[in-house]
Amino acid sequence: MSGYSGSEPLGRTAALEGTTPSARSQAASASQSHRLRSGGLIDRQQPLQFSFDDKVMSGFAGDTLASALVANGVKLVARSFKYHRPRGIITAGSEEPSALVEMRTGARKEPNTRATTQELYDGLVAQSQNRWPSLRRDFMSINQLFSPIFVAGFYYKTFMWPAKFWEAIYEPIIRRAAGLGKSAALPDPDHYDKAWAHCDVLVIGGGAAGLSAALAAGRAGSRVILVEEDSRLGGRLLSDGGEIDGMHAEEWVRRTTDELTALANVRIMVRTALFGVYDGGVYAALERVNDHVPVPGPHQVRQRVWRIVAKRSVVTAGAIERPVVFPGNDRPGVMMASAVRTYVHRFAAMPGRKVALFTNNDDGWRTVEAVQQAGGDIAAVIDPRGKVPAEYQALAELSDLRVFSGGVSDVKGGVDGVRGVVVTDGNGRTQQIDADCLAVSGGWNPNVGLSCFHRGRPVWRDDIAAFVPGDSPKGMTTAGAANGEFSLGACLRDGHAAGVAAAAECGATGNAGEAAEAGDEIYAISPLWQVKAKGKAFVDFQHDVTASDVTLAQREGFESVEHLKRYTTLGMATDQGKTSNITGLAIMAEATGRTIPQTGTTIYRPPYAPVAIGALAGHHRDENFHAWRLTPSHHWAAARGAVFVDTGLWKRAQWYPQPGEKDWIESVTREVLAVRNGVGFCDVSTLGKVDVRGADAGTFLDRVYINAFSSLAVGKARYGLMLREDGIVMDDGTTSRIAEDHYFLTTTTAKAGPVMAHLEFCRQVLWPELDVQLSSASDQWAQFSIAGPNTRKLLQELVDPSEDMSNEGFPFMGAREVMLRGGITARLFRISFSGEIAFEISVPARYGGAMAQNLMIAGRDLGVTPYGTEALGVMRIEKGHVAGPELNGTTTADDLGLGKMMSKKKDFIGRVMAGREALTAPDRQVVVGIKPLDQKRRLRSGAHVLPKGAIPGPETDQGYVTSVCYSPMLEQWIGLGLVERGRERFGEIVRIHDPLRNEDYEAEICNPVFYDPEGARQRG
Amino acid sequence: MRIACPFCGERENGEFTYLGDASPKRPNFAVDSGESPGGVEDAFYDYVYLRDNVAGYMREYWYHGGGCRSWLIAERNTVTHEFRSVTAAPGVGAAKPVQAGE
Ligand SMILES: [Zn+2]
Repeated sequence: MSGYSGSEPLGRTAALEGTTPSARSQAASASQSHRLRSGGLIDRQQPLQFSFDDKVMSGFAGDTLASALVANGVKLVARSFKYHRPRGIITAGSEEPSALVEMRTGARKEPNTRATTQELYDGLVAQSQNRWPSLRRDFMSINQLFSPIFVAGFYYKTFMWPAKFWEAIYEPIIRRAAGLGKSAALPDPDHYDKAWAHCDVLVIGGGAAGLSAALAAGRAGSRVILVEEDSRLGGRLLSDGGEIDGMHAEEWVRRTTDELTALANVRIMVRTALFGVYDGGVYAALERVNDHVPVPGPHQVRQRVWRIVAKRSVVTAGAIERPVVFPGNDRPGVMMASAVRTYVHRFAAMPGRKVALFTNNDDGWRTVEAVQQAGGDIAAVIDPRGKVPAEYQALAELSDLRVFSGGVSDVKGGVDGVRGVVVTDGNGRTQQIDADCLAVSGGWNPNVGLSCFHRGRPVWRDDIAAFVPGDSPKGMTTAGAANGEFSLGACLRDGHAAGVAAAAECGATGNAGEAAEAGDEIYAISPLWQVKAKGKAFVDFQHDVTASDVTLAQREGFESVEHLKRYTTLGMATDQGKTSNITGLAIMAEATGRTIPQTGTTIYRPPYAPVAIGALAGHHRDENFHAWRLTPSHHWAAARGAVFVDTGLWKRAQWYPQPGEKDWIESVTREVLAVRNGVGFCDVSTLGKVDVRGADAGTFLDRVYINAFSSLAVGKARYGLMLREDGIVMDDGTTSRIAEDHYFLTTTTAKAGPVMAHLEFCRQVLWPELDVQLSSASDQWAQFSIAGPNTRKLLQELVDPSEDMSNEGFPFMGAREVMLRGGITARLFRISFSGEIAFEISVPARYGGAMAQNLMIAGRDLGVTPYGTEALGVMRIEKGHVAGPELNGTTTADDLGLGKMMSKKKDFIGRVMAGREALTAPDRQVVVGIKPLDQKRRLRSGAHVLPKGAIPGPETDQGYVTSVCYSPMLEQWIGLGLVERGRERFGEIVRIHDPLRNEDYEAEICNPVFYDPEGARQRG
Repeated sequence: MRIACPFCGERENGEFTYLGDASPKRPNFAVDSGESPGGVEDAFYDYVYLRDNVAGYMREYWYHGGGCRSWLIAERNTVTHEFRSVTAAPGVGAAKPVQAGE
């Protein structure tokens, strides 16, 4: 419900409140100085208000934040990363390197959102980033004056000396001066989700080729998922129009969408960006479910991460137009030519009234018509190829176009955008052209990223001066512009063919129909990467990497593209260099005299686009960070006010505080004394439990335990120790023989899963000839340890009177089924971890809560006391029993004092390797007891053990304290430790050194069994 | 990554745990065989520690702990992560069958 409370603060202005829709629409239009009077895929009946840097503006439904800013005549939207240069909107898509904003407010504030992909909604609040005090007057733009220190490799060069200066001085300064936006410091109030989807054919990208592929595969009958990152299908068709099958492209998109929607085997997912390609046909995509509304509705998620399993995929992710590097190419108002067309055609917003066009390819020339049709002027066309393409000659003559050869060598302007463009021709003559917008096209780069995520290397094609996919991951094909097919007709045919092939490979046999038809416009290009002239010319707009940074890296020996990337940080920003990588390596190729394919590309890695950690986490946060398991008596314990501790996935009762107890030690001490002097019980259901059955069950256990179990009598339990094959202790526990062919094995809580896997390995892989079956019974039984001198009295209240509970009738280490009063069959084991007379009783898990209640009722007169894991731990330390801290993956059976258990009569897992010299060396660290000499001194685990008077250091270190407790019986802190030659040193005074807690004191090494060393109490 | 369990069908790799090279065989160690202890130790040393670092197809143990609890032998390409086959693994890990009830 919290998702609903924090609505955005911006309300509609009073002027628009309560007016009719058409009046509001007109009012909204009036504020949008650069909005065209008609056209565009926007809904003028739905005006929306938003604010950017606290200035309230309006747009329409269908706008992105970027298109609304364009419509409002906003040019300056950001300050750059290092130099704080004024920046504008460069693209109209997810490749945007520049127009990053802080979206929303409060706990929902999110930095680095691309204005070009953020859909506009009513009440949207956005702020510019990386500026102070304001976007127009940014104090840090002074960085430009110090630009020499910000050149490539500046981190490495400038801040070498004293290392401590780095943390204290340089890093804070740099972090303040250079950077992107700030995120909210509050917990995210929204929910995120993760989901799986399965299909035959996954089509990635819903432009002309993708629609064509999805339609072919869908008609053929295969299960298709079509993902599209935009809010609507159509891709470049929404921006460039055209004619398909004799109809307008937008009409074709509409009809195709309708047909796909009608096909039950096709699923269309818009606002869903594919970001990763993984092994075996697994793909990851981010669905931005509710980023286009102020706050997700009740029970709705903000974003959802999809893992899509597909037999085949068709990548129709299109191409990205690339900039040309020239001085001033980052001025607000310099925009990709394709983006200019998108804003004009799709959003009816004019980036400028006098547009200069700089293009080295025919496709860029489309911009002339688009701008003119929208009523704008083309100030000039600069085409380094020196002549008008044949297709555009008529248009150029008709509109009396000014066409220049050469290139743009500077851009005039400032925070308010472009004022003029300086053109230098082939003879070095310059002239300035009046313009308020410069549209640039350096050609198109097919979107090869997804096809290269498995270390595929793209292949260079000279005819289009671009890389196309090389060896794609298995099951993936690429079609359309992503495959280097740039004409509309070719995209439709290529997509169709890929869809037909993918469907057929998945066994679909239906009629895929024919590919839609469209013209094959010519894409001629003459590569131009940079115009060399004086001034800062940017390659990577987001990380402020200039052409001279690239050539500097080359001069300093960082010629490999991987070195170039790391030395200059080219392509390492949130946009991953979508508009800059290829250009950067082309400049490097020229500087080194190699070709572009010789220079090569850096390795492409997921994610293709930024993904919030929250989306990847999904619901796994806070208390749901991981699954949790509750013991059968959990609710009973919670009702008694137990304090719980996480042990693995389990929540176990740690102690049960009573009113008036001042700390946990007091509570735990009370519980221990209650057990030692009376009776108590503890839920030990978390122990792993395995039913082992079959004629060879005993033989099997002989081979997995170091001690013998085939010799165990029916009705008896025995402590067992397992080794790993390398001779190190794996786990311990008691195993009971319930019948000739039936054992019940227990493991420690932590190792329940690994031991089960190990036993299955032994059974299936090593000795399948043995007649033995294993089943995990951990969750089937609620198990309680009942301990203390009054245990038998308590049990007599619970057990059917016909059962013989005397010391002779149920001796120490006895194990058998008993009937409880009321007719429930339980398993009873006379085993003791506490050193007292003790039983463990198992009842079916559903009786766990009832069992705890009945123990309390039956033991009321005996003062029965529930105890938690702390008291359990205190009593096991008092008895010198080893547990997790001692079974730590480095100790042998002998280290634990259990070497004598190792059978010499049989092979068992770990036997041979346990005999190795180093594992049997006399100076090994072995388990001992440790008592501080000062009886008031608190012992702490982790402290080092050294000879008395030794200087602490690795050469004098002899071990450490593993487990500690305050012992109510000894009335002082005691502990267990692993100490070199420890068993020979009982009585020796040693130095305890704890540099973490700055403690140093003396202690005595002693027998680890502190309490009742003869073990008389548990047998009584 | 997806793994085709021969008992459960194709499942997500999160259901499985990986153990490693399936080629080493556990030496058969008969206590009273009179074998030289050194020979047995060497054989166990090889079994526990020596592994080939294969670039290409490798036979590996995978455990379907999140499914049928079967130990499986997968032939997997360590370079491309492609699986060529996944089969059950009864008895493949021991040098020779040991008589039951020794
Ligand atoms: Zn399975």
